[in-house]
Amino acid sequence: MSTTTALKPMTEHSAAEIERVKDWINSEDYKEKNFAREALVINPAHACQPLGAQLVAHGFAGSLPFVHGSQGCASYFRSTFSRHFREPAAATSDAMTEDGAVFGGQNNLFEGLENAYALYRPSIMPIFTTCMPEVIGDDLTAFTRNAKQKGHIPEDLPTPYANTPSFNGTHIHGYDAMLKAILEYLADGKKTDGNDNGKLYLIPGFDGNTANLREYKRYLQMMGVPCTLLADISEVFDSPCDGTYRLYAGGTPLDEAADAVNARATISLMKYCTPNTLKWLEGNSVGTSIDLPLPMGIRNTDAFLMKVSELFDMPIPAELKAERGRAVDAMTDAHQYLHGKKFAVAGDPDYLLGIVTFLLEMGAIPYHILCSRSTKKFRKEMEALLATSPLYGALGTVYINKDLWHMRSLCMTDPVDAIIGDTHCKWVARDAKIPLFRVGFPIIDRVNLHRTPVIGYQGAINLLTMMVNKFLDTVDETCEDQWFEMMR
Amino acid sequence: MADKKLRQIAIYGKGGIGKSTTTQNTVAGLAAMDKKVLIIGCDPKADSTRLILHAKAQETVMDKVRELGTVEDLELEDVLKVGYGGVKCVESGGPEPGVGCAGRGVITAINFCEEEGAYTEDLDFVFYDVLGDVVCGGFAMPIRENKAEEIYIVVSGEMMAMYAANNICKGIVKYASSGNVRLAGLICNSRNTDREADLIEALAERLGTQMIHFVPRDNQVQRAELRRMTVIEYSPEHQQAQEYRELARKIAENKKLVVPTPLEIEELEELLMEFGIMEADDETVVGVAENA
Repeated sequence: MSTTTALKPMTEHSAAEIERVKDWINSEDYKEKNFAREALVINPAHACQPLGAQLVAHGFAGSLPFVHGSQGCASYFRSTFSRHFREPAAATSDAMTEDGAVFGGQNNLFEGLENAYALYRPSIMPIFTTCMPEVIGDDLTAFTRNAKQKGHIPEDLPTPYANTPSFNGTHIHGYDAMLKAILEYLADGKKTDGNDNGKLYLIPGFDGNTANLREYKRYLQMMGVPCTLLADISEVFDSPCDGTYRLYAGGTPLDEAADAVNARATISLMKYCTPNTLKWLEGNSVGTSIDLPLPMGIRNTDAFLMKVSELFDMPIPAELKAERGRAVDAMTDAHQYLHGKKFAVAGDPDYLLGIVTFLLEMGAIPYHILCSRSTKKFRKEMEALLATSPLYGALGTVYINKDLWHMRSLCMTDPVDAIIGDTHCKWVARDAKIPLFRVGFPIIDRVNLHRTPVIGYQGAINLLTMMVNKFLDTVDETCEDQWFEMMR
Repeated sequence: MADKKLRQIAIYGKGGIGKSTTTQNTVAGLAAMDKKVLIIGCDPKADSTRLILHAKAQETVMDKVRELGTVEDLELEDVLKVGYGGVKCVESGGPEPGVGCAGRGVITAINFCEEEGAYTEDLDFVFYDVLGDVVCGGFAMPIRENKAEEIYIVVSGEMMAMYAANNICKGIVKYASSGNVRLAGLICNSRNTDREADLIEALAERLGTQMIHFVPRDNQVQRAELRRMTVIEYSPEHQQAQEYRELARKIAENKKLVVPTPLEIEELEELLMEFGIMEADDETVVGVAENA
């Protein structure tokens, strides 16, 4: 028997040619060609609008998200959430097919709403669209009204809808559209004359980290500020395993959501996820509506807590101050291991701004900063943030509308020490032989990271613990014997 | 006739120009020459086969799809009807105006016909009668992917009809570069405008093609239509029937297939001015109201 296994060659190219190309794609020459690429996107770091809409739709009590469009799209959203949270993502679709594409999807919507309501008795069915009904111009205002008039679903079942074509924008735009639609629907006619309800309404933005949301609630409880999280997915996607399956676990109560227009203040912690929602709230609510940077690192967390303190005239409790102190201590203890380390970062605009703020506080260098779909406005904001740090930030470059294949070229030609981003970054990390620190969405190849906060003081400690210990592990695993130290 | 090649022909032209009437009368002429023809109506109005079938409206592919809820359960005999002279007829159908996507309906219907084997070997011709305004890719389906390779544009001496013909030529150029689609000629469906034949001849020449036939205006066409018949079937001895037979013969014998050379808009307007269809713009009064 032969000692070599006969493998069917996957290509006609010679081994030498394959080696040549393998080297070549790491070169400056290839990078230049890669960056001249126009017609193709390879491994983008973003998802589509309806996926963002579905995350919002999950975040309300008794909500059954309803996809008007293709079944395959709905499966993609559901499986992505299930893989990330390792929880079921209960959502339904009206499975438009060829005839729906030609005649419009009204009949599909009728049947879908009727079946879903009959089977699952939701309290609200937020509807959002995939590409197909958007291309043919389905009129959801008329469709949902007709569905109720014809008795497919009860008149009083809330059916807010958002137009979320996948070929436009990304998941963060879908998040905005769906959240605005739900608030508009539920809060219709609920605005009072002048008197606010004394509460803070907090919009976390597109965040796949349920622990972040719990952390916000903990802070506000400690401060004694009554708060409602809008689109609160923390229980929905992180409900306890106690033998009971909950189809509808947690979520923002609908009456509280309806009262959002009477909030004393609304704060969005991801302004790129909520521009239209905030604008609508400004014009239609009693209190103030503002945005603040995602509270990653000390400065942004301080800004958040101080703003809440100012808005509600409540002091920051000693316990929170102590937490801050511990975080600063942890950062000081660890800072020599991150100082001067170069990072590549990929993700959504708000997350990127948060991560870069944190890195700069640690004296690390956010070097390649990549957002696979964004605007010049974002780039300017990021560049302004980098400019606040002439020593570290000034070394960074911002890339917008570039994908993770561009990121690969960057990391191969101008190396960094690590990359921060979602699971899709693991190919770059592997090729560049650098660690990937998983922050963002989706994270589908590691466990429980969505149960580990990355915002706030504890989040800062968690991030630097993850990073520094990984770097130290690598030193221990790879150093020569004479450098293998007991203490690091 | 083992080497008989199926010729697929698409008829385009401005809405209301008489595409369906011309197509059906011409097809009737071909049938009278013992040619085997299939007509595929590509228009949600579904009026491309009524003169052949003597029917008010043929049940369309999309009607049946709507009824069955899926295209998979549909069978060819549900939607393929045979009319005068053995002409086979299929209508794509589509949604009501204002909903859904009629273009997608055309794509669905044509794919269905192909998959179900509507294009049998005995056929000499397939005619696609396409909605006047080629508003999206769906209505270009008949000339995509090497289906129809011959296009005839129905036109008249009216200005807008010629604008439309020129625009359609621009579309043909696009598809011609990636496939075998060619312009085969202009069919002048007369509206009795001044010097109409000369004008269309001149337009054809500029486009690099021919005016394959001048179909005079005759009320016999309308008289036949009232009985849902082609002139050829209604009154085969009538002069108008002879005209359509002549057009059919010319199409059957036509070898002149070209990539058209569409005109720039200024060039087209010059041509129209030359024939007195259009007057030169007086730029000093453009945008000035009557009472100003």
